[in-house]
Amino acid sequence: MLRSLHIAAKDLRTEFRTKQMLNSMVIFSVQVIVIFSISFGDLLGQKDIVDRLAPGVLWIAFIFAGTLGLSRSFASEIENGCLEGLKLCPVDRGAIYTGKTISNSLIMFAVEILTVPVLIVLFNYNIQNVAGLALIIILGTLGFITVGTLLSALTVNTRTREIMLPILLLPLVIPVIIPAIMATGKIMVEGDISDISSELRLLIVYDLIFFAVGHLIFEYTIQD
Amino acid sequence: MDPIISARGIQRSFGKHKALRNIDLEIKKGESVAIFGPNGAGKTTLLKVLSTIIMPTKGNVIVNGIDLRRDSSSVRELIGVISHQTYLYDGLTARENLRFFGKMYGMERSLLEERIRELLGHVGLLGRADDRVGAFSRGMKQRLSIARALVHRPEVLFMDEPYTGLDQRSAKAFENVLRALDKDKVTKIMVSHNIERAMQLCDRLIVMDRGEIVYDRMAKEIEGKEDFKLAYSSLICMDTDAEGVSNLW
Repeated sequence: MLRSLHIAAKDLRTEFRTKQMLNSMVIFSVQVIVIFSISFGDLLGQKDIVDRLAPGVLWIAFIFAGTLGLSRSFASEIENGCLEGLKLCPVDRGAIYTGKTISNSLIMFAVEILTVPVLIVLFNYNIQNVAGLALIIILGTLGFITVGTLLSALTVNTRTREIMLPILLLPLVIPVIIPAIMATGKIMVEGDISDISSELRLLIVYDLIFFAVGHLIFEYTIQD
Repeated sequence: MDPIISARGIQRSFGKHKALRNIDLEIKKGESVAIFGPNGAGKTTLLKVLSTIIMPTKGNVIVNGIDLRRDSSSVRELIGVISHQTYLYDGLTARENLRFFGKMYGMERSLLEERIRELLGHVGLLGRADDRVGAFSRGMKQRLSIARALVHRPEVLFMDEPYTGLDQRSAKAFENVLRALDKDKVTKIMVSHNIERAMQLCDRLIVMDRGEIVYDRMAKEIEGKEDFKLAYSSLICMDTDAEGVSNLW
């Protein structure tokens, strides 16, 4: 676990120094929300319509920005053969996966923290239960990142990785996106955590299963 | 003396292509071995197999008594690899790169910091320790990659074309670092096209061709020997360069 944290710390130090991934992800997610707010400008005064639109818009922004970031996640390891250097260290391959999942999740959380206020302002929205929304976003993001990190490693050596990653990733994360959007909608309107317990359970189970699978099969995805 | 590396019947295939065919190799502790061969002879593949980067399709490799297939992680603790790729993160400083790899080898913080200072001094980069590697020249990166490979005091050092990007001064500094490893009995295995430098540094020469070892002698045994000249000139040089081999002695 300690070595996973060292890998995550290395990734975060590099990322927050260069802001290569973070800047593009934030700009992209904000642009998505701005475009939707312009497109539905006439409807934004009607609360029931906004209640239906906002959760989907929020998760579209998260998923697309996240996919953009994930496509770069292992690309930095390919430069100078760093992934091979990492494979030469006496580190369990699963620890590399865990480290990468931690750093990708934290970068994604940073993007989400900056994106949610933009949605609140542009959609003139009032969030009832901030802690509940944060819980949904954390669980949904973890599910998305556990699968995304694995597929990012799998596609990094392909010539068309920017195309391959979303094609493989989006169908696989549908079981995360659907409960996450439903739970986000409910918590924004009603604000009660008991109303979203089934969606939360689904997200937790999905996160655990995919993290375990990713941890087990990661070794084979980075094999030469 | 027991060999530190013992490889038996190693085969490695990539699809239908057999990159290594039944390689048997024993290397003693402290030995310096140079591996030559034409492009596609399997030199780098052999180095990758011995250094755990890829697994052999068939055969066994034992490093310091540890079976590579059963416990490759323990084997990795014993080895260092210098490649034409630097394995360095451009976004981190020289010191941060060495610190990261030291931590990956589970080194204790205080020992690691001392080791980093020592190695940066050896490769002449102490003054640039806190500069980002992205701003380094190719030669500086290669020198830092030498420090990276040695950070955990490996018992076996694998080198794949280590002179890539090094100017004369850096190459000399690199050779001094390698000679300094002799007192610690570090085993060195080098793949190179530079026969002159390898002859000076190594005490055993191996020539590979088409996935097989076709020549294997101690350097002191082959001085002026026709069979080495023949193996070298027929496989590595153009026929017209064959005369040049004689100039090595």
